[in-house]
Amino acid sequence: MIMSIILTMVGVMAFAWRSGSKKEAMLPLSALPLKKDSIASVKAFEKVYRVLMSPRCMNCHPSGDIPLQGDDSHLHEMFPKRGKDGKGLFAMKCGNCHQPSNTPGKHSPPGNAEWHLPPANMKMVFQGKSAAELAKQLIDPKQNGNKSMKQLLAHSEDGLVRWGWKPGEGRTLPPMSHAEFKKAWETWINNGAYAPKSNQ
Amino acid sequence: MITLTINQQPYQIEADPDMPLLWALRDLIGLTGTKYGCGVAQCGACVVHLNGEAVRSCVTKLSRAAGQKIVTIEGLSKNNDHPLQLAWNEVSVPQCGYCHSGQLMSAAVLLRENPNPTDQDIDNAMAGNICRCGTYPRIRKAIHLAAELQKKEGEAK
Repeated sequence: MIMSIILTMVGVMAFAWRSGSKKEAMLPLSALPLKKDSIASVKAFEKVYRVLMSPRCMNCHPSGDIPLQGDDSHLHEMFPKRGKDGKGLFAMKCGNCHQPSNTPGKHSPPGNAEWHLPPANMKMVFQGKSAAELAKQLIDPKQNGNKSMKQLLAHSEDGLVRWGWKPGEGRTLPPMSHAEFKKAWETWINNGAYAPKSNQ
Repeated sequence: MITLTINQQPYQIEADPDMPLLWALRDLIGLTGTKYGCGVAQCGACVVHLNGEAVRSCVTKLSRAAGQKIVTIEGLSKNNDHPLQLAWNEVSVPQCGYCHSGQLMSAAVLLRENPNPTDQDIDNAMAGNICRCGTYPRIRKAIHLAAELQKKEGEAK
Protein backbone atom coordinates (compact mmCIF):
# COMPACT_ATOMS: atom_id res chain seq x y z
CA MET A 1 0.00 0.00 0.00
CA ILE A 2 2.74 2.48 1.06
CA MET A 3 4.77 1.46 -1.95
CA SER A 4 1.90 2.15 -4.34
CA ILE A 5 1.34 5.64 -2.80
CA ILE A 6 5.04 6.46 -3.23
CA LEU A 7 4.99 5.24 -6.83
CA THR A 8 1.89 7.34 -7.59
CA MET A 9 3.56 10.46 -6.10
CA VAL A 10 6.71 9.91 -8.12
CA GLY A 11 4.60 9.50 -11.25
CA VAL A 12 2.71 12.75 -10.63
CA MET A 13 5.94 14.65 -9.95
CA ALA A 14 7.56 13.29 -13.11
CA PHE A 15 4.53 14.35 -15.18
CA ALA A 16 4.60 17.84 -13.68
CA TRP A 17 8.34 18.15 -14.41
CA ARG A 18 7.87 17.02 -18.01
CA SER A 19 5.02 19.52 -18.55
CA GLY A 20 7.20 22.36 -17.26
CA SER A 21 10.16 21.55 -19.46
CA LYS A 22 7.90 21.09 -22.49
CA LYS A 23 6.54 24.61 -21.93
CA GLU A 24 10.04 26.05 -21.77
CA ALA A 25 11.14 24.12 -24.83
CA MET A 26 8.34 25.82 -26.81
CA LEU A 27 10.06 29.22 -26.52
CA PRO A 28 12.09 29.95 -29.68
CA LEU A 29 15.76 30.53 -28.92
CA SER A 30 15.65 33.88 -30.66
CA ALA A 31 13.05 35.01 -28.11
CA LEU A 32 15.43 34.48 -25.22
CA PRO A 33 17.62 37.38 -24.19
CA LEU A 34 21.38 37.11 -24.56
CA LYS A 35 21.87 37.71 -20.87
CA LYS A 36 19.63 38.03 -17.88
CA ASP A 37 20.09 40.81 -15.37
CA SER A 38 16.82 41.55 -13.67
CA ILE A 39 18.19 44.51 -11.72
CA ALA A 40 19.62 46.29 -14.78
CA SER A 41 16.50 45.43 -16.78
CA VAL A 42 14.01 46.74 -14.22
CA LYS A 43 16.11 49.85 -13.63
CA ALA A 44 16.09 50.61 -17.37
CA PHE A 45 12.36 50.07 -17.54
CA GLU A 46 11.83 52.86 -15.00
CA LYS A 47 13.07 55.26 -17.69
CA VAL A 48 11.10 53.53 -20.44
CA TYR A 49 7.92 53.78 -18.38
CA ARG A 50 8.41 57.51 -17.78
CA VAL A 51 8.58 58.06 -21.54
CA LEU A 52 5.67 55.77 -22.45
CA MET A 53 3.44 57.46 -19.91
CA SER A 54 4.31 60.95 -21.17
CA PRO A 55 1.57 62.63 -23.23
CA ARG A 56 3.43 62.25 -26.53
CA CYS A 57 3.22 58.47 -26.21
CA MET A 58 0.20 57.86 -23.98
CA ASN A 59 -2.19 60.18 -25.83
CA CYS A 60 -2.47 57.66 -28.65
CA HIS A 61 -2.66 54.67 -26.29
CA PRO A 62 -5.85 55.64 -24.43
CA SER A 63 -7.93 53.35 -22.24
CA GLY A 64 -11.06 54.28 -24.21
CA ASP A 65 -11.69 54.60 -27.94
CA ILE A 66 -11.13 58.36 -28.12
CA PRO A 67 -7.54 59.58 -28.37
CA LEU A 68 -6.16 62.02 -25.83
CA GLN A 69 -4.86 65.48 -26.51
CA GLY A 70 -2.51 68.04 -24.98
CA ASP A 71 -0.07 67.89 -22.12
CA ASP A 72 -2.97 67.29 -19.71
CA SER A 73 -4.13 64.30 -21.81
CA HIS A 74 -7.75 65.44 -22.08
CA LEU A 75 -10.12 63.69 -24.49
CA HIS A 76 -9.48 64.77 -28.10
CA GLU A 77 -11.80 67.58 -29.12
CA MET A 78 -14.55 66.46 -31.54
CA PHE A 79 -14.32 62.98 -29.99
CA PRO A 80 -12.90 61.10 -32.99
CA LYS A 81 -13.26 57.33 -32.48
CA ARG A 82 -10.68 54.60 -32.93
CA GLY A 83 -12.49 52.61 -35.65
CA LYS A 84 -11.63 49.02 -36.53
CA ASP A 85 -8.18 49.76 -37.94
CA GLY A 86 -7.32 52.55 -35.49
CA LYS A 87 -7.53 55.17 -38.23
CA GLY A 88 -10.90 56.66 -37.34
CA LEU A 89 -14.45 56.44 -38.63
CA PHE A 90 -16.38 57.81 -41.63
CA ALA A 91 -15.67 61.54 -42.02
CA MET A 92 -13.55 61.50 -38.86
CA LYS A 93 -10.46 59.62 -39.96
CA CYS A 94 -7.14 60.65 -38.44
CA GLY A 95 -5.59 61.52 -41.81
CA ASN A 96 -8.38 63.98 -42.62
CA CYS A 97 -6.81 66.53 -40.27
CA HIS A 98 -3.42 65.02 -39.40
CA GLN A 99 -1.18 65.57 -42.37
CA PRO A 100 2.01 63.66 -43.30
CA SER A 101 3.96 66.27 -41.29
CA ASN A 102 3.17 68.71 -38.47
CA THR A 103 1.02 71.66 -39.51
CA PRO A 104 2.72 74.87 -38.35
CA GLY A 105 1.13 76.85 -35.54
CA LYS A 106 0.33 76.31 -31.87
CA HIS A 107 -3.19 74.91 -32.16
CA SER A 108 -2.91 73.13 -35.47
CA PRO A 109 -2.85 69.36 -35.94
CA PRO A 110 0.40 67.49 -35.44
CA GLY A 111 1.20 65.14 -38.29
CA ASN A 112 2.88 61.96 -39.43
CA ALA A 113 2.13 59.77 -42.44
CA GLU A 114 1.31 56.85 -40.14
CA TRP A 115 -0.90 58.74 -37.67
CA HIS A 116 -3.27 56.27 -35.98
CA LEU A 117 -4.32 54.59 -32.76
CA PRO A 118 -3.76 50.88 -32.14
CA PRO A 119 -6.50 48.83 -33.84
CA ALA A 120 -9.73 47.80 -32.12
CA ASN A 121 -8.69 44.14 -31.85
CA MET A 122 -5.48 45.01 -29.98
CA LYS A 123 -5.75 48.33 -28.21
CA MET A 124 -2.31 48.32 -26.56
CA VAL A 125 -3.51 50.59 -23.77
CA PHE A 126 -0.90 52.57 -21.83
CA GLN A 127 -3.25 54.89 -19.93
CA GLY A 128 -3.78 53.74 -16.36
CA LYS A 129 -1.26 50.90 -16.52
CA SER A 130 1.27 50.37 -13.75
CA ALA A 131 4.91 49.83 -14.72
CA ALA A 132 4.52 46.09 -14.02
CA GLU A 133 1.37 45.81 -16.12
CA LEU A 134 2.83 47.75 -19.01
CA ALA A 135 6.10 45.79 -19.07
CA LYS A 136 4.21 42.49 -19.19
CA GLN A 137 1.92 43.81 -21.92
CA LEU A 138 4.82 45.04 -24.05
CA ILE A 139 6.51 41.65 -24.25
CA ASP A 140 3.33 39.67 -24.92
CA PRO A 141 2.83 39.27 -28.70
CA LYS A 142 -0.89 38.85 -28.06
CA GLN A 143 -0.96 42.35 -26.60
CA ASN A 144 1.92 44.17 -28.34
CA GLY A 145 0.88 44.05 -32.00
CA ASN A 146 2.26 40.52 -32.59
CA LYS A 147 5.83 41.75 -32.18
CA SER A 148 8.70 39.37 -31.55
CA MET A 149 11.43 40.51 -29.17
CA LYS A 150 13.53 41.46 -32.20
CA GLN A 151 10.72 43.57 -33.63
CA LEU A 152 10.12 45.08 -30.21
CA LEU A 153 13.77 46.12 -30.03
CA ALA A 154 13.50 47.81 -33.44
CA HIS A 155 10.28 49.61 -32.45
CA SER A 156 12.19 52.43 -30.75
CA GLU A 157 13.11 53.58 -34.26
CA ASP A 158 9.51 53.47 -35.56
CA GLY A 159 8.53 56.67 -37.37
CA LEU A 160 5.55 57.42 -35.15
CA VAL A 161 7.62 56.72 -32.00
CA ARG A 162 10.31 59.11 -33.25
CA TRP A 163 7.63 61.73 -33.93
CA GLY A 164 7.32 62.03 -30.14
CA TRP A 165 10.58 63.97 -30.14
CA LYS A 166 9.49 66.28 -32.97
CA PRO A 167 5.89 66.94 -31.95
CA GLY A 168 5.56 70.46 -33.31
CA GLU A 169 4.93 73.77 -31.66
CA GLY A 170 3.39 73.95 -28.18
CA ARG A 171 3.85 70.31 -27.19
CA THR A 172 6.30 69.24 -24.50
CA LEU A 173 8.87 66.60 -25.30
CA PRO A 174 9.14 63.23 -23.51
CA PRO A 175 11.19 63.46 -20.30
CA MET A 176 14.50 62.42 -21.93
CA SER A 177 16.16 62.44 -25.34
CA HIS A 178 15.34 59.80 -27.92
CA ALA A 179 18.90 58.48 -27.66
CA GLU A 180 18.56 58.04 -23.88
CA PHE A 181 15.14 56.39 -24.32
CA LYS A 182 16.49 54.03 -26.96
CA LYS A 183 19.38 53.04 -24.71
CA ALA A 184 17.00 52.34 -21.81
CA TRP A 185 14.62 50.43 -24.11
CA GLU A 186 17.42 48.20 -25.38
CA THR A 187 18.91 47.72 -21.92
CA TRP A 188 15.51 46.66 -20.62
CA ILE A 189 14.97 44.12 -23.41
CA ASN A 190 18.54 42.84 -23.75
CA ASN A 191 18.76 42.12 -20.04
CA GLY A 192 15.68 39.95 -20.03
CA ALA A 193 12.74 42.39 -20.40
CA TYR A 194 11.84 41.95 -16.75
CA ALA A 195 8.73 43.55 -15.34
CA PRO A 196 9.07 45.54 -12.14
CA LYS A 197 7.33 44.18 -9.05
CA SER A 198 3.59 44.83 -9.04
CA ASN A 199 3.83 47.48 -6.33
CA GLN A 200 6.40 49.53 -8.29
CA MET B 1 3.40 73.60 -62.12
CA ILE B 2 1.00 71.50 -60.03
CA THR B 3 -1.69 69.31 -61.58
CA LEU B 4 -4.95 68.86 -59.69
CA THR B 5 -7.97 66.81 -60.71
CA ILE B 6 -11.01 68.54 -59.30
CA ASN B 7 -14.54 67.34 -59.99
CA GLN B 8 -13.09 65.20 -62.78
CA GLN B 9 -11.54 68.23 -64.49
CA PRO B 10 -7.76 68.66 -64.75
CA TYR B 11 -6.26 71.96 -63.58
CA GLN B 12 -2.69 73.14 -63.79
CA ILE B 13 -1.66 75.86 -61.39
CA GLU B 14 1.49 77.75 -60.51
CA ALA B 15 1.63 77.67 -56.72
CA ASP B 16 3.81 76.87 -53.74
CA PRO B 17 3.47 73.15 -52.89
CA ASP B 18 2.98 74.26 -49.26
CA MET B 19 -0.11 76.33 -50.16
CA PRO B 20 -3.29 74.98 -48.52
CA LEU B 21 -5.59 73.29 -51.00
CA LEU B 22 -8.39 75.60 -49.86
CA TRP B 23 -6.47 78.66 -51.09
CA ALA B 24 -5.96 77.09 -54.50
CA LEU B 25 -9.61 76.02 -54.78
CA ARG B 26 -11.02 79.41 -53.88
CA ASP B 27 -8.45 81.96 -55.02
CA LEU B 28 -6.74 80.31 -57.98
CA ILE B 29 -9.44 78.09 -59.44
CA GLY B 30 -12.55 80.01 -58.38
CA LEU B 31 -14.47 77.20 -56.70
CA THR B 32 -15.80 79.23 -53.79
CA GLY B 33 -18.38 76.76 -52.50
CA THR B 34 -15.81 75.44 -50.05
CA LYS B 35 -15.52 77.83 -47.11
CA TYR B 36 -12.74 79.09 -44.87
CA GLY B 37 -13.71 78.74 -41.23
CA CYS B 38 -10.87 78.41 -38.74
CA GLY B 39 -7.79 77.55 -40.80
CA VAL B 40 -6.59 74.94 -38.28
CA ALA B 41 -8.81 71.91 -38.99
CA GLN B 42 -11.09 72.63 -36.05
CA CYS B 43 -14.44 73.47 -37.66
CA GLY B 44 -15.00 71.44 -40.83
CA ALA B 45 -16.23 74.28 -43.07
CA CYS B 46 -13.52 73.50 -45.63
CA VAL B 47 -14.10 69.74 -46.04
CA VAL B 48 -13.59 68.36 -49.55
CA HIS B 49 -13.01 64.80 -50.71
CA LEU B 50 -9.45 63.70 -51.42
CA ASN B 51 -9.56 60.23 -52.97
CA GLY B 52 -12.93 59.83 -51.28
CA GLU B 53 -11.89 60.92 -47.79
CA ALA B 54 -13.31 64.00 -46.06
CA VAL B 55 -10.11 66.02 -45.67
CA ARG B 56 -9.90 69.54 -44.31
CA SER B 57 -8.59 71.59 -47.18
CA CYS B 58 -7.34 74.41 -44.94
CA VAL B 59 -4.49 72.21 -43.65
CA THR B 60 -4.06 69.93 -46.67
CA LYS B 61 -1.08 71.13 -48.67
CA LEU B 62 -1.06 71.15 -52.45
CA SER B 63 1.85 68.71 -52.31
CA ARG B 64 -0.53 66.11 -50.80
CA ALA B 65 -3.37 66.88 -53.23
CA ALA B 66 -1.28 66.95 -56.42
CA GLY B 67 -2.23 64.16 -58.82
CA GLN B 68 -5.04 62.95 -56.53
CA LYS B 69 -8.80 63.00 -57.07
CA ILE B 70 -10.48 65.96 -55.42
CA VAL B 71 -14.23 66.54 -55.19
CA THR B 72 -15.68 69.80 -53.90
CA ILE B 73 -19.29 70.68 -53.12
CA GLU B 74 -19.63 71.82 -56.74
CA GLY B 75 -18.87 68.26 -57.85
CA LEU B 76 -20.88 66.29 -55.29
CA SER B 77 -23.57 65.69 -57.95
CA LYS B 78 -24.18 66.82 -61.51
CA ASN B 79 -27.57 68.42 -60.91
CA ASN B 80 -27.57 69.17 -57.18
CA ASP B 81 -29.46 65.91 -56.77
CA HIS B 82 -27.29 63.94 -54.41
CA PRO B 83 -29.66 62.39 -51.83
CA LEU B 84 -28.09 64.62 -49.19
CA GLN B 85 -28.68 67.77 -51.24
CA LEU B 86 -32.31 66.74 -51.80
CA ALA B 87 -32.78 66.01 -48.11
CA TRP B 88 -31.04 69.24 -47.06
CA ASN B 89 -33.48 71.12 -49.26
CA GLU B 90 -36.49 69.16 -48.05
CA VAL B 91 -35.67 69.72 -44.37
CA SER B 92 -34.48 73.33 -44.91
CA VAL B 93 -31.38 72.52 -42.92
CA PRO B 94 -29.22 75.66 -43.25
CA GLN B 95 -29.71 78.86 -41.34
CA CYS B 96 -26.79 81.09 -42.34
CA GLY B 97 -25.49 78.25 -44.51
CA TYR B 98 -21.78 78.97 -44.11
CA CYS B 99 -20.79 75.56 -42.74
CA HIS B 100 -23.04 73.47 -44.94
CA SER B 101 -20.79 72.63 -47.85
CA GLY B 102 -18.47 71.06 -45.27
CA GLN B 103 -21.41 69.39 -43.51
CA LEU B 104 -22.61 67.86 -46.78
CA MET B 105 -19.18 66.62 -47.81
CA SER B 106 -18.67 64.93 -44.44
CA ALA B 107 -22.17 63.42 -44.49
CA ALA B 108 -21.52 62.09 -48.02
CA VAL B 109 -18.60 60.00 -46.73
CA LEU B 110 -20.78 58.70 -43.89
CA LEU B 111 -23.57 57.62 -46.25
CA ARG B 112 -21.14 55.99 -48.65
CA GLU B 113 -19.56 53.92 -45.89
CA ASN B 114 -22.70 53.39 -43.85
CA PRO B 115 -25.90 53.61 -45.91
CA ASN B 116 -28.14 53.22 -42.86
CA PRO B 117 -26.53 55.23 -40.05
CA THR B 118 -27.84 55.33 -36.49
CA ASP B 119 -27.87 58.53 -34.45
CA GLN B 120 -24.61 57.37 -32.87
CA ASP B 121 -23.02 56.83 -36.29
CA ILE B 122 -24.08 60.35 -37.28
CA ASP B 123 -22.53 61.74 -34.10
CA ASN B 124 -19.33 59.79 -34.78
CA ALA B 125 -19.13 61.08 -38.34
CA MET B 126 -20.26 64.67 -37.90
CA ALA B 127 -18.77 65.72 -34.55
CA GLY B 128 -15.97 67.55 -36.33
CA ASN B 129 -18.30 69.82 -38.29
CA ILE B 130 -19.30 72.83 -36.25
CA CYS B 131 -22.47 74.85 -36.92
CA ARG B 132 -22.68 78.13 -35.03
CA CYS B 133 -26.38 78.43 -35.90
CA GLY B 134 -26.96 75.12 -34.12
CA THR B 135 -28.72 73.33 -36.95
CA TYR B 136 -27.61 69.95 -35.62
CA PRO B 137 -31.12 68.48 -35.14
CA ARG B 138 -31.98 69.31 -38.75
CA ILE B 139 -28.64 67.92 -39.97
CA ARG B 140 -29.41 64.64 -38.19
CA LYS B 141 -32.95 64.55 -39.62
CA ALA B 142 -31.71 65.27 -43.14
CA ILE B 143 -29.04 62.55 -43.00
CA HIS B 144 -31.68 59.99 -42.00
CA LEU B 145 -33.90 61.22 -44.85
CA ALA B 146 -30.99 61.08 -47.31
CA ALA B 147 -30.32 57.50 -46.25
CA GLU B 148 -33.91 56.64 -47.16
CA LEU B 149 -33.67 58.49 -50.49
CA GLN B 150 -30.41 56.74 -51.29
CA LYS B 151 -32.00 53.38 -50.54
CA LYS B 152 -34.99 54.13 -52.78
CA GLU B 153 -32.65 55.35 -55.50
CA GLY B 154 -30.73 52.09 -55.26
CA GLU B 155 -33.93 50.02 -55.43
CA ALA B 156 -35.14 51.94 -58.49
CA LYS B 157 -31.95 51.18 -60.43
